Amino acid sequence: MRNAAVLDTTTQDFLTINIADQRFGIPILQIQDVLGDQNVTTIPLAPPEVAGSLNLRGRVVTAIDVRRRLGLERMEDEDSSGKKSMGVVVEHHDELYSLIIDSVGDVLRLKDDDFENTPPTLDPLWRNISDGIYRLDNDLLIILDIPKFLGSVDE
Amino acid sequence: MEDLISEFLTETNESLDEIDVDLVKLERNPNDKELLSKIFRMVHTVKGTCGFLGLPRLETVAHHAENVLGRFRDGDLQVTPEYVTLIFESVDCVKMLVKALEETGQEPEGDDTALIEKLDAVYESRESSAPEEPAKENSQKASEGGGKFTQAELDALEAAFHSTPGPNDAPAPKVAEQKEEPAATLPEKAVATTQSLRVNVDVLETLMTMVSELVLTRNQLIQILRTNSESEFNGPLQRLNHVVSDLQEGVMKTRMQPIGNAWSKLPRIIRDLSMELGKKIELEMHGQDTELDRQVLELIKDPLTHMVRNSGDHGIEDPETRKAAGKPETGTIRLNAYHEGGHIIIKISDDGKGLSAEKIKAKVIENGLATAEDLEDMNPNQINQFIFKAGFSTAEKVTSVSGRGVGMDVVRTNIEKIGGSIDLKSVEGEGSTFTIKIPLTLAIVSALIVEAAQERFAIPQLAVRELVMVNENGENQIEHIKGTAVFRLRDRLLPLVSLSSLLKLRSDDDAEDSSNRRQYIVVSQVGMVDFGIIVDRVYDTEEIVVKPVAHLLRDIELFSGNTILGDGSVIMILDPNGVAKHVGSLDNAEDADTMHRSDANEAYSSEKTALLLFRAGEDTPKAVPLSLIDRLENIAFNQIEYGGGQALIQYRDQLMPLMTFDNSVPEKSDCEQPVLVFTHKEKTVGMVVDDIIDICNEHIDIKLDPPRQGLFGSCVINGRTTDIVDASYYLTKSDNNWFKDHDDAPYQSPTNSDEQIRNLEQHSVAKKRVCLVDDSAFFRNMLEPLLRMSGYDVMAFEDAREAIKLADQGVEFDIIISDIEMPHMDGFEFARAVRAHDAWQDTPLLALSSHTTDEDMEHGKAMGFNAYIAKFDRDDLLQAIAKTISDQGYSENSAYTLESSSASQNAHQSKEHHT
Repeated sequence: MRNAAVLDTTTQDFLTINIADQRFGIPILQIQDVLGDQNVTTIPLAPPEVAGSLNLRGRVVTAIDVRRRLGLERMEDEDSSGKKSMGVVVEHHDELYSLIIDSVGDVLRLKDDDFENTPPTLDPLWRNISDGIYRLDNDLLIILDIPKFLGSVDE
Repeated sequence: MEDLISEFLTETNESLDEIDVDLVKLERNPNDKELLSKIFRMVHTVKGTCGFLGLPRLETVAHHAENVLGRFRDGDLQVTPEYVTLIFESVDCVKMLVKALEETGQEPEGDDTALIEKLDAVYESRESSAPEEPAKENSQKASEGGGKFTQAELDALEAAFHSTPGPNDAPAPKVAEQKEEPAATLPEKAVATTQSLRVNVDVLETLMTMVSELVLTRNQLIQILRTNSESEFNGPLQRLNHVVSDLQEGVMKTRMQPIGNAWSKLPRIIRDLSMELGKKIELEMHGQDTELDRQVLELIKDPLTHMVRNSGDHGIEDPETRKAAGKPETGTIRLNAYHEGGHIIIKISDDGKGLSAEKIKAKVIENGLATAEDLEDMNPNQINQFIFKAGFSTAEKVTSVSGRGVGMDVVRTNIEKIGGSIDLKSVEGEGSTFTIKIPLTLAIVSALIVEAAQERFAIPQLAVRELVMVNENGENQIEHIKGTAVFRLRDRLLPLVSLSSLLKLRSDDDAEDSSNRRQYIVVSQVGMVDFGIIVDRVYDTEEIVVKPVAHLLRDIELFSGNTILGDGSVIMILDPNGVAKHVGSLDNAEDADTMHRSDANEAYSSEKTALLLFRAGEDTPKAVPLSLIDRLENIAFNQIEYGGGQALIQYRDQLMPLMTFDNSVPEKSDCEQPVLVFTHKEKTVGMVVDDIIDICNEHIDIKLDPPRQGLFGSCVINGRTTDIVDASYYLTKSDNNWFKDHDDAPYQSPTNSDEQIRNLEQHSVAKKRVCLVDDSAFFRNMLEPLLRMSGYDVMAFEDAREAIKLADQGVEFDIIISDIEMPHMDGFEFARAVRAHDAWQDTPLLALSSHTTDEDMEHGKAMGFNAYIAKFDRDDLLQAIAKTISDQGYSENSAYTLESSSASQNAHQSKEHHT
């Protein structure tokens, strides 16, 4: 499941992100930027998971609603709880994408020993975008496979 | 070595283009020594470099070509077109090899001996003293490895190395441009004058992108500080502003290339063309220095070449024809390029025969792009536009140059792809001029920023023709026909599409009362499709940097890209082509054209009709054919009386029922109102209207199906949407005995046909069957009910070919009424066909036409028509039908025997009545 380069190292750094009540990890080296609340222009007629586009230092970035992509409800309570959505910018095929998520957590350095393949019983939608799972002390961290995540949006 | 080869390729490609141009010049001025030396030098350089790089095949060809050129230069051999053609062949061969080298990195396998033989033959013909052996040996040796040379060659080679810069030196063409210098003194000069250097295009592209970003950042800064006039940043920002503008201009310049580069191949093409076709053609080029973005340049190169070829092939006549037409034998094709308001205008004109409307028409019909009738009333410009349609070529014979039918439509498509437009003017016999308008650059475009449902979008300025503000209560209004929005723009109906509904945006305003909402119509034109886009707001025009949309959004064809505005927000750029496709949900622009045109065609299809325009009830003007109206009266409403649930008025010693269009009963009042009086036989009916507007002669082109009963439909008259009133509908309503006069004709009203049919059955009168052929929907709509009401069974056909099919099926009619001017099969042809058919040869045939000269009548009779009726004379028509049928009834007794008694009786009576 995992590529060879990752297996060679004993630890890897991940940025944890929170979506609904689940923590996800994104390999830190794939992240270009973390954005606060942004002014997103909606794109008419676009696929539903496309939240819109935004301007990041003169480059047009396509925003992807991760909740939508994962088949979750939209975060409707953002105003009441005072939380605002954030964006994690990644590059895919020379284009920038901002993954709209609930919030960003810590950066974790994780040992390869704690890595597990995704359980085959997981929702196929989730399994298809995940690289595997890390066992943390009190919870599980699902690793987002960016190419898979965006690649499938692409199609 | 790799580097050397790529350098060589670039240089050689440039040289080869130049050689083409120069050879054409040389052919005209065979004694131009300088020119000859220049060509010689260039070929020489190619040869020399090839030897150096170990490209034997290339070298051999170049070498033998150079030999011949050498003879020219030495004055041993006269420059003739044949020899020049030979040199061209060699140049082509070199080009082919260079291209292969470019693609594969290697010289292709192959054999050039045929060409070399020819070159040698020329070379040796004058130099009989030179033995045959060495030449052959040369070629062999050279092709083996390029290492061994005869003394003569070595000399030449040495000269080559002396006279030309090596591959790493300054580019050869630049040297070559120093025309006055003979070979020997060139090298130093070349080095000294070289002011240019090669820069990889990628570097320039990156630079351009970065400048674009800088421009955006500047715009953002300006936007931020606009609200803060006191800011200390204002001064520096202003300077930054200027510097950035200059920088943008400067970088744009690096991408600019003179349009002459795209033209360099044209002289050669024209030369070859004149040789092949035996024409004399002069190519004039003006404004070669006009610069435009190299991306654009690349894209217009092929369309331009194609068009110049076309001008030469289709436009310019052969010398004899020209002479006969009183023109100089040599035809001229003129290319002109210049800047105009941020665009480049390229004109290609020739003084040839121009476009032949007749040929185009014939071709259009042949290819089924339109019907003869459609074309009939089109103006020449509209007809000329057909050459831009797919599958069209006017060349009678297909030459190697043009006439393959993939012509101007491709040109148009390509030009429109880069946001340009193409226009055509042609005078038959005097020549044609094509005008191409293209943007200076594709990277930065001027766009109109609009808003729909609180979202902003950019529309490229080039597609925007005009802006119209509309207001529900104002002068300009959007009108709705069955939910479809249209707008009257001067003399035509413009289909509208709402941006927010097109993009499926939810508009909060929809819920609100929209009566006072202002909207704007962006009138756009794409190709030949006109449409209007309804938007909520129009901002400014802005210079925007076009950025491609993300990969996963590519499928949305309504957007051509996105951009970042001065305020930092991202907005989508609408693709006018995409929008045009959605107008009327058409699959492609071609269809849109056809649709558009067939609409226009209908307008021309019918003859002009005198119409009375009036207003009644609604605001929309109404029209009714004047021929149906007996008189116009002003009637005082205080004289209205009531009887039998109807409003009546005493009129000329009769009681005339009064009708209104909304079917209400007119009320007694003190005012006077105009009334249209319809009279048929002794019966009259008055139709109350609000006011009478005008009488006009118009083509009736019913655009829309009847929105409700009592209307034929709507069309544009005097620039306004007008409802065409089906008078018979109202009249039958008013009086069921309308049209039924005494008892001369059995009568059936379409509104209560059951009862009528029962009546008919009781009277046991068989209805006469009428076949009506008229291509005009209007007349069919008009005559069908009229004939029905007069007691005939009617089958109406738009196309005579359809009607004649019925003869084969054994359907019989008592009378056939046919229009004369029709597409596909006109009335005369139809008559011939009818008369030729066994089943129908005796069926009476009436011609219906607006042209009723004696001559026409004679012709019609000769073709088999029994009678000839003017189109608008209702009484005449009914009378003639009755008469013709009755005559026939007397004279024949085959199919009609059963009915003949009653038919003739009826007809007889009616005849008596009418006479």
